[in-house]
Amino acid sequence: MAQTKKDMLVDPLVDNNPITLQVLGICSALAVTSSLQVAFVMTLAVTFVTAFSSMFISILRNQIPGSIRIIVQMVIIASLVILVDQVLKAYAFEISKTLSVFVGLIITNCIVMGRAEAFAMSNPPVASFIDGLGNGMGYGLILMLVGVIRELFGSGSLFGMTILETVNNGGWYVPNGMLLLPPSAFFVIGLLIWGFRTWKPNQVEEREYKIQNVEAH
Amino acid sequence: MADTQSKGLIGRFLAASPDSVGKTIFIAVAVCLVASMIVSTAAVSLRPVQEINKKRDKQLNVLQVAGLYEPGIKVAEAFAAFEPQVLDLETGQFTDQFDAANFDDLAAAQDPELSRALENDPAGIGRQSRYKTVYLLREENGDLDKVILPVHGYGLWSTLYGFIAVEENGNDIFGLQFYQHGETPGLGAEVDNPRWKSLWRGKKLHDESGELHISVAKAQGPAGPEHHIDALAGATLTSVGVDNLVKFWMGEEGYAPFLAALKAGEL
Repeated sequence: MAQTKKDMLVDPLVDNNPITLQVLGICSALAVTSSLQVAFVMTLAVTFVTAFSSMFISILRNQIPGSIRIIVQMVIIASLVILVDQVLKAYAFEISKTLSVFVGLIITNCIVMGRAEAFAMSNPPVASFIDGLGNGMGYGLILMLVGVIRELFGSGSLFGMTILETVNNGGWYVPNGMLLLPPSAFFVIGLLIWGFRTWKPNQVEEREYKIQNVEAH
Repeated sequence: MADTQSKGLIGRFLAASPDSVGKTIFIAVAVCLVASMIVSTAAVSLRPVQEINKKRDKQLNVLQVAGLYEPGIKVAEAFAAFEPQVLDLETGQFTDQFDAANFDDLAAAQDPELSRALENDPAGIGRQSRYKTVYLLREENGDLDKVILPVHGYGLWSTLYGFIAVEENGNDIFGLQFYQHGETPGLGAEVDNPRWKSLWRGKKLHDESGELHISVAKAQGPAGPEHHIDALAGATLTSVGVDNLVKFWMGEEGYAPFLAALKAGEL
């Protein structure tokens, strides 16, 4: 591996971002980004799970039998997710209620499984940990970006603090209610992907088809 | 590897091919054991904190459904305004058999002595406790202001647990709020939407002849707008669940005797 540790950490933020390049983890990104606080907690949870599951799987990588490797990975990931869920229920009850099923669904988040299978199974623990950390943060970065847009324009606040005084509270800002609904995250993420790929054209995927040139008659 | 022999039992085990049957089973069992130990330790050691959170959340929801909650207030202190009472559903009277502050009516539903299996079970709850903890809110002069009645029933994916606040006349709804459910976020979970919850305020349970008419439906029934709450768009089954549970709990097998007593001004 020619990659340095710093590259491993920074790469998934922009150049190899799990959401905008690999287009993974979209489901939870739609659901938890209507407020920044929730998006932030989800970021922490996913980063924790990705980093530590990658590390543990990497420690065991030479001992995990090929025939049950996905199951072993799932057990490790699931345990960490339950741990996170229990801690949230104990110390951040309100947020854990908002996140509801999405904490449990970290188990099926493609980013976690993807890093375990693609990276941790063939790399040493420290590198895997950093890789997991980087990917968790790459996911989180997009979550926060989407969260800023949705919360600021959807409810006129950031982290629950009023920035744009809304009309309902006697201000001037008419909030865009659509941004609070899950479909808006599709648009925002789509625009982000567009932006990223315009900025870094090497992220543009090759076309899977080609429009035939029709001969001019 | 030539030096495998010198590593002893553990060394030989680690060097063995991971794909052998013995090792596959060993790894599977070992990983599961360690994982289950970590998970159960976390679950057991964090339970007391979680219980406190749940209790606080329930109190918070009682406050909210009664319209007394404002951000920043001390929940436990504000909750002291309520007078908990254990209600005997059949008679519609309060009972002193239990300590009202600590009686758990949901746990009682599992106790054959205190509960009954339901034959007619539209709310999908299986067993119903014969005693429920209700919360009374009094005005400053001691007159009854509102009663907060716990309700629960099955929606689409989960049992919804909540409270209905009813005015002292036993007929006007002040509010409905669920404190625990697992309905689809964005669809069924819109039962938490303040705008939808506000539809409940001022609705009437019974018509003038005393018949129960409250309904959650897409189209307004013949009973008129004061008994109708619009169903949630995109959440037909959750709405049906809420409709069923409200009808059940406000009906004869639920709080009807108590509501009748309220109406008659016996409390």
